[in-house]
Amino acid sequence: MMKDSRLPRSIQENPRLENWVDFSVGGTARVFTAKVELGQGIVTAMAQIAAEELRLELSRIAVVSGDTRYSPDEGYTAGSMSIEIGGTSLRIACAEAREAMIEEGARILNVEVSRVSVLEGAVLIDGARSDLDYWNLAPRLDLRREITGHAGLSDPATARYLGKSVARLDLYRKVTGAAFIQDLELPGMLHARVLRPPSIGAHLESLDKSAAARLPGVVSILRSGDFVGVCCEREYQAVKALEALRAGAKWIEAEDTAISHNWAESLPRLRSVDSQTERGGLTGDYTGSIRLSATYSKPAIAHAAMGPSCAIALWEADTLCVWTHSQGVFPLRAALSAALGIAQSGVIVIHAQGAGCYGHNGADDAALDAALLARGIPGRPVRVQWMRDDELVWAPVGSPMAVKISAIVSPDGKIADWQTEIWSAPHGRRPSGRAVNLLGAAHMEPAIPIPELHEDLRFFAGGARNSEPAYDIGHRMVTLHSLPELPIRTSALRTLGGYANVFAAESFIDELADAVGIDALDFRLRHLSDPRARRVLEEVAARAHWRRGAERGTGSAAGIGFCRYKNTAAYVAVIAEVETGQEVRVGKVYCAVDAGLAINPDGVINQIEGGIIQSISWTLKEQVLLERMRIVINAWANYPILRFDEVPVVEVRLIDATQFPPLGVGEAAQGPAAAAVANAVARALDLRIRDLPMTRERIVAASIERPHPR
Amino acid sequence: MQTPLHLIVNEKAYDLAVDYQDTPLLYVLRDDLGLKGTRFGCGSGECGSCTVLLDGRAVKSCETPAWSCEGKAITTIEGLGTLEKLHPIQQAILDWQAGQCGYCLSGIIVSAAELIESDGYPSRDKIVARLGSNLCRCGAHGRIVDAIEAAWRKSARGRE
Repeated sequence: MMKDSRLPRSIQENPRLENWVDFSVGGTARVFTAKVELGQGIVTAMAQIAAEELRLELSRIAVVSGDTRYSPDEGYTAGSMSIEIGGTSLRIACAEAREAMIEEGARILNVEVSRVSVLEGAVLIDGARSDLDYWNLAPRLDLRREITGHAGLSDPATARYLGKSVARLDLYRKVTGAAFIQDLELPGMLHARVLRPPSIGAHLESLDKSAAARLPGVVSILRSGDFVGVCCEREYQAVKALEALRAGAKWIEAEDTAISHNWAESLPRLRSVDSQTERGGLTGDYTGSIRLSATYSKPAIAHAAMGPSCAIALWEADTLCVWTHSQGVFPLRAALSAALGIAQSGVIVIHAQGAGCYGHNGADDAALDAALLARGIPGRPVRVQWMRDDELVWAPVGSPMAVKISAIVSPDGKIADWQTEIWSAPHGRRPSGRAVNLLGAAHMEPAIPIPELHEDLRFFAGGARNSEPAYDIGHRMVTLHSLPELPIRTSALRTLGGYANVFAAESFIDELADAVGIDALDFRLRHLSDPRARRVLEEVAARAHWRRGAERGTGSAAGIGFCRYKNTAAYVAVIAEVETGQEVRVGKVYCAVDAGLAINPDGVINQIEGGIIQSISWTLKEQVLLERMRIVINAWANYPILRFDEVPVVEVRLIDATQFPPLGVGEAAQGPAAAAVANAVARALDLRIRDLPMTRERIVAASIERPHPR
Repeated sequence: MQTPLHLIVNEKAYDLAVDYQDTPLLYVLRDDLGLKGTRFGCGSGECGSCTVLLDGRAVKSCETPAWSCEGKAITTIEGLGTLEKLHPIQQAILDWQAGQCGYCLSGIIVSAAELIESDGYPSRDKIVARLGSNLCRCGAHGRIVDAIEAAWRKSARGRE
């Protein structure tokens, strides 16, 4: 069967109605998705979509999310694609299921299809109830039929749930008691901890297990190569047993790599694999033009979820069942199968909600930890809980990056040429059947090392996300220097390279505007023809009472930042108001966002608010520090994040754009928020800071160094 | 050798035993009593996810030895309110949709619960100061403070 390329990818790959919806439980429609709750409200949005298209009360929808036994294989919950692809797919499938029910009802009742409708699952003829409903019709309906995409979708203008701020379905349990994977309690469950090496590349020379083995409740101690773990009857026993194991372990640590945290200088010195794209043409005559160039950097950033990673594994006969807060139950199944040398058909992976997930964190690693430790104890579920230091030290991190931009502005004040050069380790390095990339696999014997990888602009290159600004510019060139040898394990963190690239580009746009003496807002608008882009900028400027030509160096100022995430997703413009002493304080943030049809407007606003605050935390405070081969951040004390008394007031304005398809927002605001803060700081200090984070030390150092050409 | 332990949690008395003298209250609540709403975040009192009330005062249960709580009234999130009968702050958090992942919320709700029982005049500054040792990673801070302020104002008005 030819795949219909007009249908969303998730439907192309899961083309049957039965992949998406089921009526075998009376009174309820079960809908299936591989998109999982990460704290972003996706389960609620999916329920809204299904309820709308099936014409059912929200309470009649049961969302089955991320379960390899039932869900369609939709890869990861990532890239702000859940609503765009997963939600649109579910919408099409549910509309088609509804139409199929109507057609089947009309056939049985022997009336014309046009006279039949459905409401709350009941089949109506000319608006009057018949004896038929979804549940007694279901056995006659073959849901194995392929989805055509021809069913009519509900009009958001008259919708009951689409575009409505429905309250999150999952929050009730989260504010009253057990709700997370960490809270699951299975019969006979053991508690486990894993002993990690003291530094990257360290090898276990010897392990004296005797002290740990004598402790109360210790059921098993596993050593496989450099992988060590302990299973106990009760949780605190495992915490104590881990301490005893740590005392009995002797490690040989790897050589010092002596990498400098001055990323703008150290990254370009590393071996790189380069790729390049070029668009548009050069005119060749730049008489009277201004040429400018600047380099920006950001450090490695940790996911630093509030709840450390956790997983439960249970081996029974030849089947492994794993409960995980992974973003992708199917890719994890493939990676587990490869790491453990068992068939995928013998692995079940079930999603259970974890603490906020902002990308490829330790969830998948914890799943393999649990599977390895449970293997020797069939019939008993083993729960692995990472400690805080495990999470900060061993979860993958967002790559440090350096971004150099050079541009030519012609005498008429238009940018003629824009060249971006990026130095970054990989961002898209998730577990899979081919690469595995699980921490335990790299430590066990025989080891499956963390794969060395580089990104290429011709394929998926997370480091180059938003490397081409969304502005109208004659000639654009991007060079990606992908760094395969950085010793830290980098992978996907919310926005991938988009955070650094937008921070750099939007800082640079301000520098260009200053160089030609044009207001930062006006300079952006003169390079934007897309009306939706212009609209968010004009809207945010109006809300924030943007002042052209405001005085510089007064210690307080506003700055602006804009982007269209991935140049295909939501449009976001941000204005930040800051005060600078020795520290930066962000007082107020205004934001305008166009996300097309917002399935749940309050959910969109909540995601944008959170994205802005998290980005300000990254921008002002966060950096993963390496000392020799040790990642030295191991507690909140040395990885500080924005606190309640440092958080700005955030005002988000959602542009009414229901006529456009829904666009992802989870990663849309971080780049513009960072740039708005940076541009405000540059005005307040009359000094440009190009390296993140903007800590007190950095601001003091920059003030001493001024002026600072680079 | 196990050490006996007598605790009063959410107005119920429990006779328990722990393997280690220094067992933190957090593990007893979660592992022995099944009160999973008190969450592990850091184990060093830095994030506030594990906050409970001890004789009405907010403490971090991850660094409070269980033995030191004997004879005191312990209140967890489950004791503050239930799905059927929510505490005013739980209700306000839901009304304001003041959360994203929600992992930090039970600790924050418990931290703030003491405030609205007090006679003080509701103010944002006091709420922010009270949440000085609670962390939130998703960026729901603004809504959380709004929700607590609304609950506190309502409760203060109720006393007038």
